[in-house]
Amino acid sequence: MDKFNIIVLAKQVPDTRHVGKDAMNADGTINRAALPAVFNPEDLNALELALDIKDRFPGSRVTMLTMGPERAKEIVLEGVFRGADGGYLLSDRLFAGADTLATSYALSMAIRKIGQVDIIIGGRQAIDGDTAQVGPQVAEKLGLDQVTYVEELLDINSKSVTVKRVITGGTEIVKAPLPCLLTVNGSAAPCRPRNARLLMGRKNYEVPVWTVADVGADPAKCGLSGSPTKVKKIENIVFQAKENKRYGSEDADIAALIEELAVNHIIG
Amino acid sequence: MNSIFVYCELEGNEVAPVSQELLTKGRSLAAQLGVKLEAVAIGSNLDGIENQILPYGVDILHLFDDKCLALYTTAPYSAILIKLFSNEKPQIALMGATVIGRDLGPRVSSALSSGLTADCTNLEIGDHEDKKADKVYENLLYQIRPAFGGNIIATIVNPDHRPQMATVRQGVMKNEPLKGGYKGKVITHKVSDYVTQADLAVSVIDRHMEKPSHHLDSASIIVSGGYGMGCRENFDMLFKLADLLHAEVGGSRAAVDAGFCDHDRQIGQTGLTVRPKLYIACGISGQIQHIAGMRESSLIISINEDPNAPINSIADYVVTGRVEDVIPKFIRHYKEISK
Repeated sequence: MDKFNIIVLAKQVPDTRHVGKDAMNADGTINRAALPAVFNPEDLNALELALDIKDRFPGSRVTMLTMGPERAKEIVLEGVFRGADGGYLLSDRLFAGADTLATSYALSMAIRKIGQVDIIIGGRQAIDGDTAQVGPQVAEKLGLDQVTYVEELLDINSKSVTVKRVITGGTEIVKAPLPCLLTVNGSAAPCRPRNARLLMGRKNYEVPVWTVADVGADPAKCGLSGSPTKVKKIENIVFQAKENKRYGSEDADIAALIEELAVNHIIG
Repeated sequence: MNSIFVYCELEGNEVAPVSQELLTKGRSLAAQLGVKLEAVAIGSNLDGIENQILPYGVDILHLFDDKCLALYTTAPYSAILIKLFSNEKPQIALMGATVIGRDLGPRVSSALSSGLTADCTNLEIGDHEDKKADKVYENLLYQIRPAFGGNIIATIVNPDHRPQMATVRQGVMKNEPLKGGYKGKVITHKVSDYVTQADLAVSVIDRHMEKPSHHLDSASIIVSGGYGMGCRENFDMLFKLADLLHAEVGGSRAAVDAGFCDHDRQIGQTGLTVRPKLYIACGISGQIQHIAGMRESSLIISINEDPNAPINSIADYVVTGRVEDVIPKFIRHYKEISK
């Protein structure tokens, strides 16, 4: 029976889907305190795919890997409560301010340290940046093949994985040799909830924390100094208000509007 | 001076609209910087493809034409761009923020250790002062994109690494070939110099394309509904109006989340970006994330119960009233004048 070593890449993100009025500071910066931190949604789809492989191939091992502040241990724990075997948090001031390239470098160094891996699975993208870059960049740094936008795992054996992926205007079936990296689309199966037995049994799981030195990374390639892209400016969005013509909802109003549009050849 | 490169994505043997838009933008950036515009096309049976690309003002088109490139997979396509960019050293490299561009771009940028900014909505040329290093960089590419779910706009620069890479969403830039044609040259590269057998390990076994259920990206009139439509039955009125106007129907994220319309019709930061001649927003309050996807419409009509709905500030015509009241009247009066 085959067994697989699986790493799940997951990120703790501010919940940008539910942004309230107090989410932005007056100076246009983000008021992080007003946004709850959540498990990045598509990383949950990735976790489910990993746990599904573990269900099918008992003895497989699912390892969570995340990077962030101390609090991001919650991501590893959440994974463990849902069925992962363990995980690591990459946390170090030297990692701070990383763009996608510096982030993928750090993650790839941690994956090298974890060692033998058959399949790396992450969400397609994170909702705080929506870049979809970290997965492919980790794959490149490790010299692995990648398949992005994965919706369903069709087959896996000791040599290869076959998946259905979403493409513009359709889907395709792709076969890739192992080891490889997959990024999972939000249309994939949703993640199972926490398991009560795991929650009780593993609530004291101590999440190992790795620093730049622990994973043997070059500090110059980490964090802000390892990031080719720099944020020059952040602006709150202000739309230039237009002069507009106003109408009520009476028949005469609507007739006048239609007339105006027709005269200007906009409709009709 | 180093060139600007645009990767031209192909759909069958047609250049994708987003790539045409990037060629248009690339031409104007190249003119501003006084450098050449170069394009790359990768695929199989590409005879005549230059006729779709050179008219945008492309000085050099790099062609990679081989059976093994018929269907996109990551490794061979990225191997080509990595080697080509290493040799040609473009200062700027652009591609569409499509499924392909977002698979290919990060792979290439990682190999070249250059930065990449995803999903840009605008590109400009400007200077950048690094106060800490007391250094001024001239003529950088400003990569402008929404962030944090569309709640802010960030300008990203890439001061020290080349190429400055960006992906750009379809529909946010204009698509205008030069008038009167353009004389560029074509370089056909030997694919085996770029792609090895090991790059072909991933295979596409099958592909299933669905007929598009709408043509929102090319519609000249769009009728769009939001949460204010109230229910699916009311939302269906928009299809009647759209039929009459030869328009397409779109929806806001709130309308999609509420189940009033299908996800593939969502307009906004996390959906489609459109720029029709006329956009009729019905019961849409105007979250930033929606406006980001339709603000370039030539003319905007807002129909909303709330006279202070945020979307009204960018509308040309505002109708204040209940949608279920206004839309039937709109249909009736339109029928009258078009008799």
